[in-house]
Amino acid sequence: MRVLLVDDEKELVSTLAERLSFRGIDAEWTTSGAQALKLLETEVFDIAVLDMKLPKMSGLELKKEIQAKMPAMKFIFMTGHGSGDDFRAGTAETGVDYYLIKPVKIEALIERMKEVLRKN
Amino acid sequence: MSLLEKMKPKFWEFRENTDDPSNFRHIWLLMVLLTLLVAIAPLVSMTMIDNNVSRKSAESEILLRTSRLVSNTRRSVSFFLGERKAALKFVVYNTSFNELNDPMELALILESLKKGFGGFVDIGVIDASGRQKNYTGPYSLEGVNYSGEEWFREVVERGNYISNVFMGFRQVPHLVVAVRHDLPDDSFYVVRATLDTERFNDLLFYLEVSGQGDAFIVNQEGMLQTPSRYHGKVLEKISDPIPSYSEKTEVFERKNVNGEVLIVGYAYIAESPFILMIIKQKDALMDSWHTTRMEIAGFLMVSIAIIFFAILGGATYLSNKIYVLEQNRDAILHEVEYSNKMASLGELAAGVAHEINNPLAIINEKAGLIKDIFTFKEQYSKDEKLMNIANVIISSVERCASITRRLLNFARHIDINIRPLCLREVLHEVLGFLEKEAEYRSISVSVEVPDNMPQLESDRGKLQEIFLNLVNNAFVAMKDEGKLDISVKQESEDSVAIIFMDDGCGISEENICRIFEPFFSTKKKAGGTGLGLSITYGLVEKMGGTIGVKSELGKGTTFTVMLPLKTEQKE
Repeated sequence: MRVLLVDDEKELVSTLAERLSFRGIDAEWTTSGAQALKLLETEVFDIAVLDMKLPKMSGLELKKEIQAKMPAMKFIFMTGHGSGDDFRAGTAETGVDYYLIKPVKIEALIERMKEVLRKN
Repeated sequence: MSLLEKMKPKFWEFRENTDDPSNFRHIWLLMVLLTLLVAIAPLVSMTMIDNNVSRKSAESEILLRTSRLVSNTRRSVSFFLGERKAALKFVVYNTSFNELNDPMELALILESLKKGFGGFVDIGVIDASGRQKNYTGPYSLEGVNYSGEEWFREVVERGNYISNVFMGFRQVPHLVVAVRHDLPDDSFYVVRATLDTERFNDLLFYLEVSGQGDAFIVNQEGMLQTPSRYHGKVLEKISDPIPSYSEKTEVFERKNVNGEVLIVGYAYIAESPFILMIIKQKDALMDSWHTTRMEIAGFLMVSIAIIFFAILGGATYLSNKIYVLEQNRDAILHEVEYSNKMASLGELAAGVAHEINNPLAIINEKAGLIKDIFTFKEQYSKDEKLMNIANVIISSVERCASITRRLLNFARHIDINIRPLCLREVLHEVLGFLEKEAEYRSISVSVEVPDNMPQLESDRGKLQEIFLNLVNNAFVAMKDEGKLDISVKQESEDSVAIIFMDDGCGISEENICRIFEPFFSTKKKAGGTGLGLSITYGLVEKMGGTIGVKSELGKGTTFTVMLPLKTEQKE
């Protein structure tokens, strides 16, 4: 499985990618929606793990952009903000199962990714 | 419950300034006292004024009536005596001296007087020298010389005479009437007649004297001239003093030896030694006035009682209404204030949690990476110390994460948001907040949820708030090493009971009915707002449930929260 990680926290997203690669999962990372879209032009991924709050383009907007180009792409969202309206909007859009609150346990993330891919 | 108990306002037991900041007790008292004053004072003063006026009028009426009676009776007595004198005068004018000296003629005259007027006993003719020239009657008094007698001198001097009453030979009271008649030769003679007093007495005897009254005639020495009901027999001296001379009828009040007030009316009867007296008992005369007064007093008392209860009831009803309204208003205001506070607190918590979550995630990933490196690269995998350090960092991050998650959960549930949830989880989440305190104070907390418990559809945040409040209260009530048992029971098909049983200090009976009232707190000095349980109560109601409490002072308290298994989402 090939995973695209997008989070504005470079330290977080790069470490996460490295840890996934320890577990045999091929992961690429970017820190903005624009970079992600650029990367997607050249590479193919099975699943995208997006932060909800990205600079300029939010996680949900990015999802829409990607889906327009690659309808088969699966998504999982990560957020530090699990409250009120954000939470309701996020879970309504993505489903509560695909909405993980930081900090995320790596095992839980892998489990969830496998689940999403299996379901579809 | 007595009537007065019912009329006691709800806030009566409150201590001033602490439980009753709006001073309802003071307002109620002021309202009752002022209304009572303006309602009862005019009533009482009107009754008192009327009492005085009517008493004075009754008294003056009595005096007036007595005075009228005395005047009328005096006129009757005067007329009676005048009539006898006139009869004798008629005799002397109609009959010559010589004819009067004829015993047969005199006997005829006596007979005529007896028949015409009645009461004449005898008649005598006395010449200027005082010698009785002729006499007809039951005694033989012919030839008796009266020249030395007082009465003879008086009749010679004044032309007529009426004697005091005296006992005759037959022990019958009599009085004497005498008139002088002048002859052409400057001489004169006197005609004297004795009358029995029966007709005289009848004048007074048949008099209707009200108020246990007594009417009699006394002479100027105080000797009774006619029989009296209460003052003695004829010719006995009365104990009362003789009133001073007055031409007119007089009426006055005086007290007798028993202290009873008497109304005394009297009149001196002209050209006689007689004083007519009528004595009445004032109390007896005032009887009807007293009866009316008692009726009015009774009516006044009943009116005052009705006014009193009406005012008390009205004031209590109104102030209770105002009190309840104020309580509701305060509760709503504070609920709003509380929700606002909770909302901003929620925002703050969410903001903090979010800000912390990102660096926490980096720490988590970095520590995870260290661990991964130690796990996946052989040259490091034997260094257990470093591995432990990484594990400690990761578990600490996990602890921080659970705190930020709770904060986010808390913030998320400001509005009602019904979801299926597991009661056991919610209870454990709540206890998570108080874990450390329980640990420090060695409080043991047990949670018992049956395994076959159906899933509850409710608002997680609200439930957390309710449970947190109840657990917090229990912790405050308990001493160190206390015990809190939380159990869940399915009460019916669609309701569940969550029971919080502590072994704390308990709640007194007088406080237990007020614990859900806003601002009621036994911990005010320790900073309690008195809002916790009232908000809990409001939340449980909002969730469609009920909350009950049982407590025994010194033994502990049990709160039971009954919730529907499915809470309706209200818009």
